[in-house]
Order: sequence, then structure tokens, then C-alpha cells
Amino acid sequence: MVNSRYIETLTPEVSKDTRSGFGDGLLEAGQTNNDIVALCADLTGSLKMGGFRKAFPDRFFQVGIAEANMMGVAAGMTIGGKIPFTGTFANFSTGRVYDQIRQSIAYSGKNVKICASHAGLTLGEDGATHQILEDMGMMAMLPHMTVICTADFEQTRQATLAVAEHEGPVYLRFGRPKVPVFMRSNAPFEIGKAQVLSEGNDVTIVATGHLVWEAMVATQELLNRGIRAEVINAHTIKPLDGKTILDSVRRTGCVVVAEEHQRIGGLGALVGQLLAGHCPAPMRQVAVEDSFGESGTPAQLMEKYGLNAKAIVAQVEDVMRMAPATH
Amino acid sequence: MENLTLKQLATQVRRDIVRMVHGASSGHPGGSLGCADLLTLLYFEVMDLNPDQFIMDGTDEDLFFLSNGHISPVWYSVLSRRGYFPVNELATFRKLNSRLQGHPATEEGLPGIRIASGSLGQGLSAAIGAAQTKSLNGESAWVFSLHGDGELQEGQIWEAAMYAPHHGVDNLISFVDCNGQQIDGATDDVMNLGDLADKWSAFNWHVLTCDGHDFDALRNAIAKAKENRGTGRPTVVLMKTEMGKGVDFMEGTHEWHGIAPNDEQLEDALTQLQSSHTDY
Repeated sequence: MVNSRYIETLTPEVSKDTRSGFGDGLLEAGQTNNDIVALCADLTGSLKMGGFRKAFPDRFFQVGIAEANMMGVAAGMTIGGKIPFTGTFANFSTGRVYDQIRQSIAYSGKNVKICASHAGLTLGEDGATHQILEDMGMMAMLPHMTVICTADFEQTRQATLAVAEHEGPVYLRFGRPKVPVFMRSNAPFEIGKAQVLSEGNDVTIVATGHLVWEAMVATQELLNRGIRAEVINAHTIKPLDGKTILDSVRRTGCVVVAEEHQRIGGLGALVGQLLAGHCPAPMRQVAVEDSFGESGTPAQLMEKYGLNAKAIVAQVEDVMRMAPATH
Repeated sequence: MENLTLKQLATQVRRDIVRMVHGASSGHPGGSLGCADLLTLLYFEVMDLNPDQFIMDGTDEDLFFLSNGHISPVWYSVLSRRGYFPVNELATFRKLNSRLQGHPATEEGLPGIRIASGSLGQGLSAAIGAAQTKSLNGESAWVFSLHGDGELQEGQIWEAAMYAPHHGVDNLISFVDCNGQQIDGATDDVMNLGDLADKWSAFNWHVLTCDGHDFDALRNAIAKAKENRGTGRPTVVLMKTEMGKGVDFMEGTHEWHGIAPNDEQLEDALTQLQSSHTDY
């Protein structure tokens, strides 16, 4: 049963990139809070930060191709009350600057919003050098860090606004390609509160980012096969909403976790830890199997690496064979 | 403040440094001793501070960033002597449950520290960011930062150096502790820094040089640096110092970068550092 509090449509006619949701959200947040500043490492267009730059030229800081300095300057800007949003690709927002984030932002408890586009395989043709698949794990391991990965344009816009209000360091992850806009623009969004997008008692699908829409598509296909799946949008990876996930798994008895990330260290690993401690249940992952990506179109890559609705359906059928015969 | 008064304070700071490092059986005395004069001058004369009520935002106060965080003993001593926290707390340096971590941190809430440092090369970026926020907020206060010369081997320093004049940052005065030493030996041998004045100048900074143990020379450099406000460019002060300054057997050698004196060496050092102030 689709939850209409969150879902606008299951037959979306509009596709938009999540990064544009970030750009719109940043501009909107900047209009209501003068302390919001933005820094970008020579990717203003890619990050859709042009609107903010045009509206608030005195609060926008071009840092050039120097991401380590960007993180440090952002950390320093918080001293005196500014709320810096940094923008670059996810790879350069995390792996390249891990120690700067660790010491100057996370350990120092600075109110920096690390906003990362082009995450995962769907960056596409640029290939594995740019397709980071380890970022959520790296960021989730840092004490004090909140980690968010959004599902569509509307949710990214909402998350950007929520992040602006949130006190403390945040990693906000989104992507490059246009994906269906299916979430309501006024859906309740709370950091750390997962969203049950579709209710069902046969299997729990916990998804994040671009895989949320794929999970919704998979749910329709599963329904045709007589399987009612519960879809949980875990937009906040950390802190993970354990209660919502456990409440669901206690009913369904089995789980598939879907993410555009390495299977090691991402959402699946966190859900696995949660289940092992509180509600052991069969689990399968739709994630990248310990490999780097490669060049290709986003759709080709998601097909080759098994990160789409078809893969979710296959894993659901597999995990349900393992589950106790309560269905 | 009288030079003699400052000198007495700096000598007490040096006593604190060797006693802290001895008490913890670890730490970094060499660079700490070398920067005792600068930090004493900054905290007791130059900077406009509010030590009684520490606030992270530091609104309308001058701010100091220690980028080479391993010389935490000198900073902790000066902060406590200036009234940021009880002097007796210096005895907890590097010990379990202390606010005086091996390298400066905000996690334990030690007053006076605004960002963690220790992993080198990050403090200039942070100081620049804080200076920009002061400008955005319309404040006239200054931001100071201190860096090791060996630390300038980190690439992030030069990213930050390029950024600051590009964005017109001119409320920042950065000091480089030019003692010519780093852990593995002389900077010339480990990784030659070349002509630092030329390098900073090429990055469009105002460059001053002075003796880092001469209060008048430091005062003059700071006064000149402050005249550069309005130019849209920050100032770097290349401060010639001696690692281990004040304790003869620690002076001028990288050997005392990061080791603690034993009991006998401590006594020897304290004999050389006679102070009119009271030990913690």
C-alpha cells in the first residue's frame, strides 16, 4: 500500500537531477538565513550553485581546484556563526579530503555542510576515478557526522533546507543524472527519521538515494507476483532510524538493502549490524560487490552492476526463500 | 607591557613546558620553547581577548590559531597563565581524562581552543575562514596564526596561501616559526623549503622577517603588519627562532623535537630557567 503522505505519483512524468534540488534548496535557505555561505571548488555549474552565487555574491566563495583548503576555510568560517555549504563532487568531498574533514570539521564539531554531487556509478562516462562508492561509509564512520543520501529532486531540496537548520557537521550526498520526481514537495522530512513509502508484510526493502525509486518500481513488479513489499526510504544513513527498520522486519522477517555504494561499509552494513543485534533475519544486498566502476551511461552501469529494480526483485525472491515460512 | 615583565612570563612559560613534557613523559618541548616569546607577547600584550568568558564564536575578539598543534605545551601554558583555565590543570597534560590533549582539541571543551590541530597544514585555511567571517560580520578584530617551517611542506598551506589574497583577506597575520628543524633533521636536508620570503611574496602576501626572540622586533613586525589592512592582502611574518630556546642542551637541534627530559635533565633545565612566578 503506497503511502501518499510521501509519494506524489508512481507514474512520474518529470525527471530532474537531485543536484538541482540541492541548488534550489541552497538558494531558498540563503534567502531566509543570512549566515548561510557557500564555497565551491570550480564546479559551480555542476553543483547547481549558480542561483545562490547570483543572489548572494558576497556570501559565495570560489576556492578553485583546492578541496582541502575549502574544507578548512569552511571550518574556520563557522567560528563567528556562519553556516558554510561546500560543493564539489562526492569523490572530492570525501576521499580526497578525509583528514581535513576528520580533524577540522568532525573532531572539531564544526557546523559545516558537505554537499556532494555526482556520487556513485550514475556519474557515468567519467569512469571509476570519479565514481566514488565508498563515501557514505567513510563519512558514517566519523563521530559527530550526520550522513544523508536523498532519493529525488524534491527530497534533495527538502534535505538541503533541513540541513541548514541542523546544528553540526553533515554529509549530504546526491547525484548527477535526471531521475523520476515521485516524492511530494511537502512530504514530512526529518533528519534521522526514515520514511515508509509503501507498506507490506512479506519483505522489507530498505533503500537510499537513486535506489529508492528503483525499489518503488520493484514493488509494483513484486505485487504482480503476489509479494507485498514494505519500502523504507533510509534517507538518513546516520543516525540510522533503527526503530522504523526493526518494526518492519519484525513483521516481514526478511530484508533487502539497496544502495548505490560498496556493499562493505554502507547502508547494508549498518542495517546488518542493526539486525544482528536486535532482530536476526535473512538479508540480501543490492550494492556494488567490492569493485570499482567504469565508463558507461548511468542506465548501462546500473544494469551491469546490478543496481536496479530488476536486481531488487531478484534479491527479494532469494531472501524470501531464506525467511521463516510465515508468509 | 615592559619587556622585563614579558621575559619573566616567558621564562615561566618555558618552565611550564619542560615540566609538562617531563610529567607526561612525552610531548614536544623544542618547538614549544622556541615559540614561547611570540605567544607570551601575543596573549599578554597584543591580542584583544576575553579569557574570563570563553565563547567559541570569539565575536569582537582577536583570534589565534595554532596550526602546528604539536607545540601544544606552549599554548596551554600561555592560555592558563592568561586566565583561560586553572594553571594547576597543566599537570594533566597528555593524561587520561584531561582537557589538555596531546594535540589541541575542542572535544573536551578546553577554553581558548577553537579548532583541533595536529595533522599539519590545516590551520591556515581555518584562520582564513575565521578572518573572512569577521569581515562578513563587520568586525575589526584580527586573526593570528602560527605555523612550523617544516609544516610548509604540506600542500594545503599553499592552497590556502593562494586563496587568501584572491579573496582580499587582510585581517590576518600569520607567523612561521623558522627554526630550520623538523623531526628527521634540518629542513634543508629533509625537504628544502627554498627562499620562503620569495615564495610567500610570489603568492601575493606581504612578507616580514624578524627575530622571534626579540619582543621589540616582534612588536615592530606586528605593527607593520597591521598597517597592511586595507591592501586586500594578508601578512606573513617569517620569525627566526631557535628550537629549544632557553635550555642549552635542547637548543638548535631536532633531537628535542618530540622527546621528554628525564629527571636529571629536568633539573638542569629548571636551573637555567629561573622565574619570579610560581610553578603549577
